[in-house]
Amino acid sequence: MCLALPAEVTELLGDDMARVSLDGVGKEISIALVPDVAVGDYVILHVGYALSRLDKAEAEKTLALFAEAGLTSDAAQ
Amino acid sequence: MNRPEKPFRRKLDIRNGRVDLSHGAGGRAMAQLVADLFVAAFDNEMLSAGNDQAAFDVSEGRMVMTTDGYVVSPLFFPGGDIGSLAVHGTINDVAMAGARPLYLSASFIIEEGFLLSDLAQIVGSMAAAARDAGVAIVTGDTKVVERGKADGVFISTTGIGVVPEGLSLSADAARPGDKVLLSGTIGDHGIAVMSKRENLTFETEILSDSAALHGLVADMVAAGGPCLRLMRDPTRGGLAATLNEVAASSGVGFRLEESAIPVRPQVHAACEFLGLDPLYVANEGKLVAVVAPDHAEAVLAAMQGHPLGRDAALIGEVVADDNRFVQLTTAFGGGRIVDWLSGDQLPRIC
Amino acid sequence: MKFVDEFRDGALAKKLASRIAQSVRADRDYAFMEFCGGHTHAISRYGVEDLLPANVRMVHGPGCPVCVLPVGRIDTAIRLARDPRVTLCTYGDLMRVPGSNGTSLMKAKAEGADIRMVYSTLDALRIAEAEPGREVVFFAIGFETTTPPTAIAIKLAGKKGLTNFTVFCNHVLTPSAIQNILESPDVRDLGTVRIDGFVGPAHVSTVIGTEPYAFFAEEFEKPVVIAGFEPLDVLQAVAMLVDQVNEGRHEVENEYTRAVTPEGNEVAKAEVAEVFELRRSFEWRGLGEVPYSALKLKAKYADFDAEARFDLEYIPADDNPACDCGAILRGVKEPADCKLFGTVCTPETPMGSCMVSSEGACAAHWTYGRFRAASRVKRAS
Repeated sequence: MCLALPAEVTELLGDDMARVSLDGVGKEISIALVPDVAVGDYVILHVGYALSRLDKAEAEKTLALFAEAGLTSDAAQ
Repeated sequence: MNRPEKPFRRKLDIRNGRVDLSHGAGGRAMAQLVADLFVAAFDNEMLSAGNDQAAFDVSEGRMVMTTDGYVVSPLFFPGGDIGSLAVHGTINDVAMAGARPLYLSASFIIEEGFLLSDLAQIVGSMAAAARDAGVAIVTGDTKVVERGKADGVFISTTGIGVVPEGLSLSADAARPGDKVLLSGTIGDHGIAVMSKRENLTFETEILSDSAALHGLVADMVAAGGPCLRLMRDPTRGGLAATLNEVAASSGVGFRLEESAIPVRPQVHAACEFLGLDPLYVANEGKLVAVVAPDHAEAVLAAMQGHPLGRDAALIGEVVADDNRFVQLTTAFGGGRIVDWLSGDQLPRIC
Repeated sequence: MKFVDEFRDGALAKKLASRIAQSVRADRDYAFMEFCGGHTHAISRYGVEDLLPANVRMVHGPGCPVCVLPVGRIDTAIRLARDPRVTLCTYGDLMRVPGSNGTSLMKAKAEGADIRMVYSTLDALRIAEAEPGREVVFFAIGFETTTPPTAIAIKLAGKKGLTNFTVFCNHVLTPSAIQNILESPDVRDLGTVRIDGFVGPAHVSTVIGTEPYAFFAEEFEKPVVIAGFEPLDVLQAVAMLVDQVNEGRHEVENEYTRAVTPEGNEVAKAEVAEVFELRRSFEWRGLGEVPYSALKLKAKYADFDAEARFDLEYIPADDNPACDCGAILRGVKEPADCKLFGTVCTPETPMGSCMVSSEGACAAHWTYGRFRAASRVKRAS
């Protein structure tokens, strides 16, 4: 459940609202639950609300982990 | 009222006026609406003759005929409106038989209170679409219903066309081994319309792909001739519904490659955000063709040489399958069924 | 899309799959339950099971808020929507969920009830502001992800002085449901389901964090790996679970570190705690009454509580007796075991909850498992 997507904050609109972009698709959302976001941050967007901030460094780490698993399996092949 | 009444004493107030019940009552107001708006815009001899039907000679060969109702909401959307849609959609249904469209009829059901300026805009874009396509709107009808009994305006169009000799396209003609060609990106129309729906608004530069496809079809017919098994325009229910219909009619299955199916990044993003699958989203200017394997490359090249088929791609093939499943190899590397759409495609949260 | 497409990469998927294939022990099998419908959806949409070794089985859990909403609550919403004063706002997912006697919100709308699909609680608020003459009720469902947005809407309604906005609250809690699955008497009695570990919720965990899962990792000695909803996340979670099982560990691990922290979203938790309190008990479709598994509005916010304003009485209603959703939601039975599956119960005419949402176990099996079964038959012949 809980369809949610990473979206980039492009503008802070005041009153806990922000504009985000998903690959060029724009939407006004509430940032009441993640009040300290800044333009350029990625947030996890769910039903019109930012639920949490996406940690870009952690995303890279996870991707590196996948690649590492790949290396392990390549080595074994 | 002692003064003698002249017909259409006052000009139709297109800028500020509204359609009222008299515009559908068969009297002078209706005659004025028809003359000043419809006949003026569609501008052809058959219509101007003022008959209740259009008379014309038919050529030798097989004729095709189709009819479709248009009830889109909102009426105006990025890349088109209900008027252009009503022309393109019916031309495409004629063209999917491989036919050259000849004439259209148009029937309007208008809600009392509808702005004449909106109606004029819709009729104008119908006229432009018909003119660009080279297909005249030669007869029509107008009805006005009370406020609340329609959603602005509904348009029905009927089209006729003629099929070139030797061509017999049909939904039951797909055979295992045949190739599946798609004329371009999917989902553009559905996403453009949804972006303007109440309670759903989002900003996108995506335009409806609404277009008349008979020119593209003519090029495909020239390249593939009788090796074209069938063509369909994947409108409501999208590519998924169309291929499931063909699978059922032909008694075959399909195997598609997800990575070969073109989807614009913004359509992809909007679908993700609404919880929709682009395979199920409507198109109004795309076609899918099933072609005998040895002519697939030639037909694909012909498609790619036409402006409306620039992004055409070979997306899969017909397979023998008693279950008549449409199967998809995902870009991720797994497999799944692309089933019929269940119910309406609603935005989901989960 | 950034931070999405990278997690759907087919080449990496092959590598991860081969890493899993090397890790699994040939002398045993593995059964992992993905609790969330989001994972179920990813598994079926991307064909993740095709990439798993034959001895790794995914058991679809009950984590779909549409699936677990009991018939009685749908009936209540329909009664509410039929009140001529009421405009019922709902997420699109709920429109086709069957109530008693073949009703649904879709059908009630066709009969004239004022039911509007919204994308966000903010849209429901806007309708309430724009139409002060209407009683606008938001039909709130969902786990810990959708609860904070409901809390914010209630507080905003208060701030704006809206007197025509209320919430029909059906928010439920993930940890109590997982615990119920593990402790359920029929699981113990039937003894047919073995779960070696859990793929833990993605977006629920962004709110509640990883800490709430520590209890049953320890108590039930089951590993939990919290994972994102993209298909590579699911594969990676399976790899991590296989490792834990092989090494005899049962820890809470976090694969979804890009969005989930140990403590979760403190602001969201505080907003929820401010507006809601625990219900003593709440009925789940398929699981029955589950103690302390749902939320209701605090007395302080009673003005925004549709149950109080409209004096709603809860009338429980039975599922179709032939429907096996209960056992399926617990992982005790598989969709194909149900007599109704694919006969009278299909996505067009869903009888049970698992067929309603595209994330339900039966709907997922209908669009995917059917095909697997058919290809198996073909290979065998």
